[in-house]
Amino acid sequence: MHMAKNIIELHQQLINGEVTSEELVKESLQKSHALQEKCHAFVTILDDAKGGKVTDSYLSGIPYGIKDNYSTKGILSTGSSNTLKDYVPFFSATAVLNLEKNGAIPVNKTALDEFGMGGTGTTCHTGPVKNPWNLKHICGGSSAGSAAAVAAGVYPFALGSDTGDSIRKPAAFCGIVGYKPTYGMISRYGLFPFASSLDHCGCLTRCVADAALVVDAMKGLDTHDLTSWDSQHMHLYDSLNGHVKGKKLFYIKEIVDLQNYHNPSWELKKHLENFQRTLEILKELGVEVTPVSIDKNLLKAIPSVYVCLSCAEATSNMSNLTGIVFGPRGEGAGVTEMMMDHRTKGFSPLIKRRFVIGSYILQKENQEKYFVNAQRVRRLIVDEMKKLFQTYDGLILPVSKGPAPVLANLEDTVSDDELSVLEEHLQIGNFGGFPSITIPNGFIDDLPVGINITGNCYDDANVLNIAYALEQQMPYQNQIAKEWQNE
Amino acid sequence: MSNYKAVIGLEMHCEMTSKAKVFSQAINSYSEIPNVNVRPLDMAFPGTLPTLNKECVRKALLMSLVLNCQVPEYLYFDRKNYYYPDLPKGYQITQMHAPVGINGKITIEVNGQDKEVLIHDIHLEEDSASLDHYSDASLIDYNRSGVPLLELVTEPCFNSAEEAVAFLEYMRRTYQYCDVSEADTKKGQIRCDVNVSIMDEDAQELGTKVEVKNVNSFQNVYETINYEIKRQSELKDAGRYAEVEQETRRFDEETGTTIRMRSKVDAIDYKYFVEPNIPKLKISKDWLAEIKKSIPVLPRERKAKYINELGLSEYDANTIIKEKDYADYFEECINLGINPKIACNYLTVNIVAYLSKEDITLKEFYLTPALLKQIIMELDKGTISSKQAKEIFNKSLEERKEPKTYITKDNAQISDSKALESIIDNILDNNEQQIVAYHNGKTNLFDYFVGQVMKETKGKANPTMVKEILKSKLD
Repeated sequence: MHMAKNIIELHQQLINGEVTSEELVKESLQKSHALQEKCHAFVTILDDAKGGKVTDSYLSGIPYGIKDNYSTKGILSTGSSNTLKDYVPFFSATAVLNLEKNGAIPVNKTALDEFGMGGTGTTCHTGPVKNPWNLKHICGGSSAGSAAAVAAGVYPFALGSDTGDSIRKPAAFCGIVGYKPTYGMISRYGLFPFASSLDHCGCLTRCVADAALVVDAMKGLDTHDLTSWDSQHMHLYDSLNGHVKGKKLFYIKEIVDLQNYHNPSWELKKHLENFQRTLEILKELGVEVTPVSIDKNLLKAIPSVYVCLSCAEATSNMSNLTGIVFGPRGEGAGVTEMMMDHRTKGFSPLIKRRFVIGSYILQKENQEKYFVNAQRVRRLIVDEMKKLFQTYDGLILPVSKGPAPVLANLEDTVSDDELSVLEEHLQIGNFGGFPSITIPNGFIDDLPVGINITGNCYDDANVLNIAYALEQQMPYQNQIAKEWQNE
Repeated sequence: MSNYKAVIGLEMHCEMTSKAKVFSQAINSYSEIPNVNVRPLDMAFPGTLPTLNKECVRKALLMSLVLNCQVPEYLYFDRKNYYYPDLPKGYQITQMHAPVGINGKITIEVNGQDKEVLIHDIHLEEDSASLDHYSDASLIDYNRSGVPLLELVTEPCFNSAEEAVAFLEYMRRTYQYCDVSEADTKKGQIRCDVNVSIMDEDAQELGTKVEVKNVNSFQNVYETINYEIKRQSELKDAGRYAEVEQETRRFDEETGTTIRMRSKVDAIDYKYFVEPNIPKLKISKDWLAEIKKSIPVLPRERKAKYINELGLSEYDANTIIKEKDYADYFEECINLGINPKIACNYLTVNIVAYLSKEDITLKEFYLTPALLKQIIMELDKGTISSKQAKEIFNKSLEERKEPKTYITKDNAQISDSKALESIIDNILDNNEQQIVAYHNGKTNLFDYFVGQVMKETKGKANPTMVKEILKSKLD
């Protein structure tokens, strides 16, 4: 049962010859098939994957999963969409190439909400992804398959992408670690775009040290991505030392105080109490934790700002999906009809609705009111955060309003209630391009929940180190979903 | 038809020369073979991202400076969103919010008169792919997809087709002089949109603007404008000016008319927004200063210099500045110390004739100014005759050998007066009878003596000198 181990342990075993890369790959593939049967976590399982050479690189010879919105050379890459159901790219994403250089071995492509547009993991063209902790529940999304696979112990890490909270929320719902570094630290070249100004690459792991190791390997300046920057002086894994005494965190009172909610559910109460307990652990470590008040109107604007900006960028970014150059060719009398047919058949209703919203927002007569105002509010929110980051090392908040919802109870509507800020606040991390990490901090009703720490741009090492220190004080690192522990 | 005042504005798209395309690293070069200069971005494969070609930015800024435009503090781009099979990304990367240049102004010459042209803006963008239509299918060639384009938009400041075309000619030359574009209309490197409206001479308000898209030669621009003025004027004369609609039309080459495409009401909403994948680029003052320094001397200034300092006629000066290659060749000749008038004559007569006969460009012409100088210097010295000069010119081109190979002692003209005198004395000594006859009035015998000298020297004697010496000896 090697795949339950973390990267450092596996690396030691590989170096010492206690196990071979080939055996790891084999075990990972077996587990992939077992999980696929129950959770539908994958679009493709790479059955002919072979073990690789073991070198000094921690990741060498270790199996991992790639979210299916990363372009992979010679391997089906669908974005979990019917518009690309047969698309086999001829080039690989830079992040994937960087991992290849480090010797990591991809064993599957994981399912996601179509092109990352969704937070449930239920809109994949291969069917909804189920939570390995409890099959009645969702994993959250959009990196649903990656979260499920890491939580079920298929491998120690998988790639994710995060436009609103697509790494960090499923990580919380699956009891694992989800980390998206500062915007541009990892090249987006080869990542199918959702909303370019908000899109981040990142990873899902079972402990903070693994997240640091994986991003160390994925990151780097890329001439193909003008928004990428040189981080060769940053060594995330080497920076982890657990010394956090004197660090300062803040949380937002309006989001965390129970009295702000009118009829709090039992789950919500438990979740917020649990959050306070986690803060106590931090205080014991010598971290100062301060409640901060932020204008409620600004907070309430977060979800709508996100919808405006992400839908607007998405409708433009996905205009290349016409079925002309790639993807199934549509039918029709002329080119316009063919494109319409391809898009009508190819996209799920959820995506179509987002395209309609995006187009509406970008229309000449609406742009100022919706799009430009959303950009202004984004700036206000980011400025407010940057001001606070002058004083504090990071923002700490609970993820979501509790554990993963039941699949059957999902409502396909945009929520506008008092819980929406609690549900969507992770989007702040995308607005500012801030480094942001989710780690598990407990259970409610046998389902995992998580907390999130977000810091200032380029301060990744600091954010990771606080999460690392906190993780040591809780019993959840390296946990595997119960049912899968003995698989 | 009454005479109304015409108001014309132009949009001029010009393909730039550069090593790579503007937002992709594919080669920017015209190719007859389709789909060879293509990178994944040019076909919009999922996950591809734009890069930015700094050379294109530099050239765009240079043109902005040439047109005396205001340059923005930061460079950034916008997406123009629409669906068309020649636009693989579903949007064009262009500049709407902050073009590389706005509010420019230049003076051009129209029929010897100065004309001020106001520039609304000039911006950098990418070209679309090209489509080839067949009876049962259309094919897409992505070679052109992502080729850098400069779009120049004028204010509606022209009042005739002559003015508009003079401006286009001026810009075409300027693009060439600045090495920004080959500006070859035959290769489709320049495409124009033309806006035309008419109004009463004393009216305050502009008339209804009609846009004619994709006019591909300057001749067609000329015809389009005149056709539209006529069409609109006739409707106005007939009291049917309301039928002139704010609309988009196209020029039909076969009939020489314009045909309606769509009304302004059906205009596409391009949903412009800032391109998020290209971070804002600060345009530093140092960089701008450096670019400014690199602006070459432009045709208008060169022409003034040729007339005022080098003494050329206006006609000759115009001929030389028409092509940058000519002007550069001419100036190199001057720098080598060749007399301007002789250089001009050689260029505008002999060289032009040779280029057109051989159908080659001046760049391909074998006789560089330095080689041409070899001929002209000998001609100046009198060592060769102008007839010989012409022969050497042709022979050198034919055999691709330096002119000096043909200027040997063997074929050099005999201009040494002492040498000639002794030859002539010798001939006179042997022709005493003819001398007597000459002195008795048979003056046409003079040509006989000249002929004898030429025969003796195998035609190499300098004829002028021979005549002078003979005259002095006989008379």
